[in-house]
Amino acid sequence: MPQIANTYRKILNNVVVRYLLLILLALFLFGLIVTIYGKDPFQALKDMFSFTLGSAYGFSEVIVTMIPILITALAVAIPWRVGLINIGGEGQLYIGAAFATWGALTFPNLPAWILLPLMMLLGMLGGALWAFIPGYLKAIGLVNETIVTLLLNSVGILVVGFLIFSFWHSVTDTNMTVIFVPAALLPTFFGTRIHLGLVIGLVLLALYWFVMKYTRWGLEMRAIGGNPQAARRNGIPFKGYLIIVMCIGGAIAGLAGMVMVSGFHHRLLYNVSQNAGFVGFLISWLAGAQPIGILVMSFVVAIIFTGGTLLQLTIALPYAVINILLAFTLFVVLSRQAFFERKKA
Amino acid sequence: MIALRGITKSFPGVIANDRVDLDIYGGEVHALLGENGAGKSVLMKILYGFYHADAGQILLNGVPISIASPHDARNARIGMVFQELQLIPVFSVAENIALFLPDLKAVLNRKEIDRRIIEISERYNLKVDPHALVSQISIGEQQKVEILKLLLSDARLLILDEPTRVLAPHEVEALFRVLDNLRKDGYAIILITHKMKDVFECADRISVMRRGRVAGTMLRAEASEDKLVALMFEKALAELKINPKDGADKALEPLLELRGVETRGEGTGTSLKGINLKIYPGEIMGVAGVSGNGQKELCDVVLGMQLCTKGRKFLYGNDLTNHSIQTMRKNGVAFVPENPLSMAAVPFMTVLENMALTNTRRYARRGGFSMDWQAVKAAAEETRKRLGFAVNWYALPKSLSGGQLQRMVIVREMTHAPRLIVASYLTRGLDVQSTIGARQVLVQARESGAGVMLISEDLDELFTLSDRLIVLYGGEIVGEFKPEETDIYKVGHLMTGHEVQHAANS
Repeated sequence: MPQIANTYRKILNNVVVRYLLLILLALFLFGLIVTIYGKDPFQALKDMFSFTLGSAYGFSEVIVTMIPILITALAVAIPWRVGLINIGGEGQLYIGAAFATWGALTFPNLPAWILLPLMMLLGMLGGALWAFIPGYLKAIGLVNETIVTLLLNSVGILVVGFLIFSFWHSVTDTNMTVIFVPAALLPTFFGTRIHLGLVIGLVLLALYWFVMKYTRWGLEMRAIGGNPQAARRNGIPFKGYLIIVMCIGGAIAGLAGMVMVSGFHHRLLYNVSQNAGFVGFLISWLAGAQPIGILVMSFVVAIIFTGGTLLQLTIALPYAVINILLAFTLFVVLSRQAFFERKKA
Repeated sequence: MIALRGITKSFPGVIANDRVDLDIYGGEVHALLGENGAGKSVLMKILYGFYHADAGQILLNGVPISIASPHDARNARIGMVFQELQLIPVFSVAENIALFLPDLKAVLNRKEIDRRIIEISERYNLKVDPHALVSQISIGEQQKVEILKLLLSDARLLILDEPTRVLAPHEVEALFRVLDNLRKDGYAIILITHKMKDVFECADRISVMRRGRVAGTMLRAEASEDKLVALMFEKALAELKINPKDGADKALEPLLELRGVETRGEGTGTSLKGINLKIYPGEIMGVAGVSGNGQKELCDVVLGMQLCTKGRKFLYGNDLTNHSIQTMRKNGVAFVPENPLSMAAVPFMTVLENMALTNTRRYARRGGFSMDWQAVKAAAEETRKRLGFAVNWYALPKSLSGGQLQRMVIVREMTHAPRLIVASYLTRGLDVQSTIGARQVLVQARESGAGVMLISEDLDELFTLSDRLIVLYGGEIVGEFKPEETDIYKVGHLMTGHEVQHAANS
């Protein structure tokens, strides 16, 4: 028993140390860039944190930013566990958003308690359909899922553009629909812009953790991710899992799309995702697909985004610098493996 | 040349090496003998700088040196060939060797490297084509490349970790001849093994390890099998009991029948051609052959991993030609693959979790929302006792040795009373005691009416255990015998593709 406790402590230490180092290193590099740009890095960091963590409004904005990327990170993490690389969160999100929008525009007279679940289901259906294509192609051994999901992103975005520009645009704008009826909007909390999507994201996260850790399906998925050949030889239905898990990933990304239109934009517009699909991929990477990691990293990335928006206003820092900060974070994570392994030896 | 003094190394929960002293002289082949987990590999990894000793000293020609990394070891002219060969498959032989050279220039002088390879390989009879891709040469040749690598980088002490494990009998002989030549030129060689045969054929001195200690060192002339066994094990070995064969009852329906099965080999794989075979309840059918002659494909076809392009497959009389692996598994087919780490185990899941993988449904509770790990453990524990293996349920397979992994897989596959057992190289990497346990369980399974397809390169094993024997060569069955009707030489010839005039063709 003490051995087991020891192992847990080791894992905990490892996780904590890992995230702290990552964050510190990324912030240091960010400060460096700000200095090069000729601004005071400490002031910039101070502004950033006092706004995002020090004010109720700022904090609520961080949470709002976090919601979609938390959900899309799960959409990447779940396929990841069976060894599938889903870079298609963006496209799945768009198609999900489009399906949900169709629901909202077609049944404006339904009460909220029917309409919202309907939109969620539609969103999930859309994302799942979009993910079924690469999942199926992978399972029959035809094409690599990475490239298909990546390419389907552009297709998904264009399909949604076509729908908006041709059929759904409002009278005044060509690139967005009308604002949805109130029944099609997710309820918000505390008078802020935080919406029910937060609960959806957290519930999904908890489900993900539970399924992976305790259930038969989690065990089989981990086996496939750990050694696909052994899993197949042990009689685990390999192809079925590839397709179904990919579709689940897509469904979750589609749900993120529904959350974006119904909870954030309140309409479908051409730029509906704000890159949430790609950022979700980044977070899942950063977190090594671990549930706690996903929560922490999506929060951190949300701080960077919200803080970045603020710094644009206060010290006129170009938004590109924020992207540099993100890139640094990714860079640090990529070098992490070598970094930690040398330490262990 | 090298002396180890008081080397101690402990891992959480185990002392792998306990005050080990060992002297290695130039010009000798020193065999390090011991059971799985006796601490042989750990000791050698300390010498090669992979692990740090908790205490103790390494002396090179009487001078204490510190070996903190494989790099230091190479500077001290120590080289090691690992159990899992460390070559890059897409590189040519010469490129692999060049990579390892300490004085590699920025611009490769390929001609010079080729020249050195050819010079040394001719001197020690290690002939390989420097331009062949590593992925296209046999395991035996790859091992030669590993040894060449060390020789070209000026190592004087070569550590070989179970080099004979993956080799066919004639390759083993060739390897020993090479070692003999090296010894004459003053190289020191440490041969890690647990095969008695290797020791007597090749070693000058023998050190036996038991539970992290050197239990004794002796010259080959002084050693006898009994003496060594007595040093390796505290208790006497259980004997393998084989009841007189009553012969399989051919009136029964065969468990497995392949009728004219053919496959198309993937990549460098072998294609099976016109395989007809039947396995009856209560018999062990041995499959002899040099590895790479269709054994893997035969297993995969039986299991359903590969589909037949022609022919039918029947299990218990039902046509299951194109059924999935799940169907086969559900019907009680157990499978011990040739490579447990890549084909059977999930490296980052505990041994206990691995135990549940072949039959997750059986241990699922509440419709799959939770797993009954107590039940998994109870079932596996029962099998483990039957086999007499030691297994740590909470270890991760990636940290286990080849033998420990093999035992884990055998325990898993023998649980749930399988009706058909497909075992590939069942005892590869197992020590003497575990080998007996594993064979005993096969015999028990046979007696309780299961059918066994036993694939092996160890002809002694096949002749002892099999009721019937087939020989695979180039994806075809080239002979079928009863063991008592033939002999090792005849089978050996068939295995290597020589036509035997009086071969009994089935």
